[in-house]
Amino acid sequence: MSTTSSRSKIYLGVLLLLSSFALLTGCTPDDPQSTFDTVGPVSRSQLALFYWIFWAAVVVFIVVGAVLVYTTLRFRRKPSDAIPNQTHGNTPMEIAWTIVPVLILAVVAVPTVLTIFDNANSPEPGALTVEAVGRQWWFEFNYPHPTDPDEQVVTANELHIPVGEVVNINLASRDVIHSFWIPKIAGKVDMVPNSANTIWIQSDEAGEFFGQCAEFCGEAHALMKFRVIAEPREEFDAWLLAQAAPAIDAVEPLAAEGQALFEGNDAGCWACHTISGSAKSRGSVGPNLTHVASRGLIAAGIIKNDQAGLRAWLTDPCEAKPGNTMCNGAAVYNDPDKALDEKQISALVAYLRSLD
Amino acid sequence: MTSISLPIPKRPVHPTGVWSWITTVDHKRIGILYGVTAFIMFITGGLEAMYIRAQLARPAQDLVSPEVYNQLFTMHGTTMIFLAIMPMGAAFFNYIIPLQLGARDVAFPRLNAFSYWTFLAGAVMLNLSWVLGGAPNAGWFGYAPLTSSAFNPGDGIDFWILSLQILGIASLAAAFNFVVTIINMRAPGMLLMRMPLFTWMTLITSLLLILAFPVITVALIQLLFDRQFGTNFFVPAAGASPVLWQHLFWIFGHPEVYILILPAMGIVSEIIPTFSKKPIFGYPVVVLSGVIIAFMGWMVWSHHMFTVGLGPVANSVFALTTMAIAVPTGVKIFNWIATMWRGSIEFKTAMLFAVGFIWLFIIGGLSGVMHSSAASDAQQQDTYFVVAHLHYVLFGGSIMALLGGIYYWFPKITGRLMNETVGKINFWLVFIAMNITFFPMHFSGLNGMPRRIYTYDSGMGWDLWNAVSSAGAFMLGAGILLFLYNVIKSARSGEVASADPWDGRTLEWSISSPPPEYNFEQIPTVHGRDPFWAQKYGGVAMVPVAGGSGEDGGHSIHMPQPSYWPIVASIGIFIGGFGVLYINAASWIGVGVAVIGSLITMIAVYAWSLEPVNDPDDGAAH
Repeated sequence: MSTTSSRSKIYLGVLLLLSSFALLTGCTPDDPQSTFDTVGPVSRSQLALFYWIFWAAVVVFIVVGAVLVYTTLRFRRKPSDAIPNQTHGNTPMEIAWTIVPVLILAVVAVPTVLTIFDNANSPEPGALTVEAVGRQWWFEFNYPHPTDPDEQVVTANELHIPVGEVVNINLASRDVIHSFWIPKIAGKVDMVPNSANTIWIQSDEAGEFFGQCAEFCGEAHALMKFRVIAEPREEFDAWLLAQAAPAIDAVEPLAAEGQALFEGNDAGCWACHTISGSAKSRGSVGPNLTHVASRGLIAAGIIKNDQAGLRAWLTDPCEAKPGNTMCNGAAVYNDPDKALDEKQISALVAYLRSLD
Repeated sequence: MTSISLPIPKRPVHPTGVWSWITTVDHKRIGILYGVTAFIMFITGGLEAMYIRAQLARPAQDLVSPEVYNQLFTMHGTTMIFLAIMPMGAAFFNYIIPLQLGARDVAFPRLNAFSYWTFLAGAVMLNLSWVLGGAPNAGWFGYAPLTSSAFNPGDGIDFWILSLQILGIASLAAAFNFVVTIINMRAPGMLLMRMPLFTWMTLITSLLLILAFPVITVALIQLLFDRQFGTNFFVPAAGASPVLWQHLFWIFGHPEVYILILPAMGIVSEIIPTFSKKPIFGYPVVVLSGVIIAFMGWMVWSHHMFTVGLGPVANSVFALTTMAIAVPTGVKIFNWIATMWRGSIEFKTAMLFAVGFIWLFIIGGLSGVMHSSAASDAQQQDTYFVVAHLHYVLFGGSIMALLGGIYYWFPKITGRLMNETVGKINFWLVFIAMNITFFPMHFSGLNGMPRRIYTYDSGMGWDLWNAVSSAGAFMLGAGILLFLYNVIKSARSGEVASADPWDGRTLEWSISSPPPEYNFEQIPTVHGRDPFWAQKYGGVAMVPVAGGSGEDGGHSIHMPQPSYWPIVASIGIFIGGFGVLYINAASWIGVGVAVIGSLITMIAVYAWSLEPVNDPDDGAAH
């Protein structure tokens, strides 16, 4: 291999690396979980810190990289080379390149510590506080009841928040460790059993934002998602009030048939799901379905909540989300004699669609 | 005292063949065994990675089930760390350290054989889980309570626990052996501050191993008791905090990171001076920075736990200590560059890998500093950004250096040079493919892609980067196969190497390639650093110690004799491990098998202690 060709290869390599770094700044903010499209103060401060460190790193990379390129090109062996001078070190230089990194790191360290404390402590401890509970593999959200201080409003997989306001979240887990993460709103905090973690979030824009579990939590970890719906205060209040109301018994015949099935022992849905307003359905293993029809997605953010989606989910929950509790535990999916037929599924779909 | 006649057979006498390998106590042969086994494990872990990249090449693919995917990434991490990179380091320790020290073997040759066989037992046991009910599936970090019986009823986690314990025995035995060897077996005049840097980094790595492994051992015993005997160390339902596991794991796990990288830094610190024809720049600082990295490696473990909720004070402290550890690391990089400065750099393949290492380690180091900022790390923790970072330091760092080390010492080990043309293609293929594979992971991570997900939807902005990563991964696989081809081809028909093909500086280059069984006919006397260079160019001869053995062309050198017992002791551990594994499922059978295994090991250790030495002059052994 000739000197020139490997030299040009080194140039090419350097160019590739530098251009890759340049690309980094062009990361696409349109993507639903991009950490560059920040909509709240927490993610914004985290991004600002990231940029600060990133540019410091780019400067270091360019300087050290340039010295490395120069060294490896300039001092390549030539036929005329004598044995180089056997220098063993240079104390002032070595002290210099120990102190300079310390100074660069100090520049990074100060804003880091400031941001850590800013983000750890909620600016408004008295603001709306929601409990978020990680379960395998979905999220439960418990709101304070708008009228009855002894009650909670329980919902799942869709976190409604008032736009422009601080919301405090108490993080819990009923099984393994999960992590609560809404990239556009705030970096993650883990949901650890027996550990009272908190996070505060705020969205300054109305809209729907993606959240996803970020701590490996078992078989269907990849499918444990949720949505944050940031809406104006009035809409939020109206939503919470509606969620606080008990479900009304189904009237439409097919839906009523579905309710009977839901609350009967053939399907046995009631054992795991709560439907506030129903005397029978008080289970706490699966998501609270009191107002399931008001949600845009089911199965923790993975299936559209419409006729087709519900039907597919009820027909084979193992297909969409392998290993989930309903798929593993419910008799209708494990005992072929008890399997739901098409009519039963239609009835259940009609009932669930009526729970708005 | 009357002597009891013991029914212990005589030492084996097998100069060639399979039995010569099974009973060997020669550090060079054990080094080769380590290297070959570790490389097979490296290929295995690589295949697991190929599966992972195939599954993620496009969104919503269905090549493997989520359960198998989780097993794949768990086994990929565990295999690469414990069965590939660590033992590849051990292969170099074994082969090279006695040669660099001017010694004829390690301090405890039979213990050395025991380390290898026990490592093999752990490796076999872990991989047997694939066919005995499913591989472990909770990640290489095995976070509680996902590893508890309640959430993980299969045997995979038990395989993981017990094989890691067995591997721990192997690592500890090896680490003690190398500490004693390096402290006690140095040639006359080889003061600590005259030791080659690879030897220094081995010493530091071995001390780290000795201190770090007991922590994971305790944690694994607790987890084993939780699973097999119903204790509640990590069971939240009984009130335990699963965060305890994380602390124990990472107090081991972070020093482990330096256990993986320090030998690589040692290798690079040998290659760069040789091919620059200059001594390492600032030797004391390079040694000291290694010591400081190892020491500070104990103060940064919670940076793996920035999102666990330890609070702003703990996060700030660990952010600062983590940033601080970048300083000694940076110092090493500057010293390597300064070593090349005004040198006469020859880019043999080994040197390309060493310089490639510096490039990739700079990138991995800088992304590491980004992670150290706990507040901003809240966005990157557990995303592909971390996957990118860790592969830049473990592949770009450790593996690149180990591959470079193989190119560098291959002629010493085999007596043949590796093909340079293939080598250069090999380097560029691996270097470019490595960047194509892992650099895009920075983007997918910053675009919000979590780690350890077996599938993802399209429309998340992850499709392109994952496709690129997967393409790079298959190129990388091709690069490793090319390396394997070069090794096999060169070992059979490579150009015959002289004793000193690179104009080396350290003692191993002063003896023939490959070295005789006794390494040094006469033990040299060392007068400074780089003693062989000083002899060649400075006229400082390494006069052998007067009256030492070997003055008759090696015939009077008594080498440690082979032994059956190390492998028997390891087999006992292997059998006993299986007994413990099934105690819960097959109570008394499990106990019985565990007892049988322990007895085998005890008998082996007893026989090992008392086995006779063959008459050294009967011609069977030197």
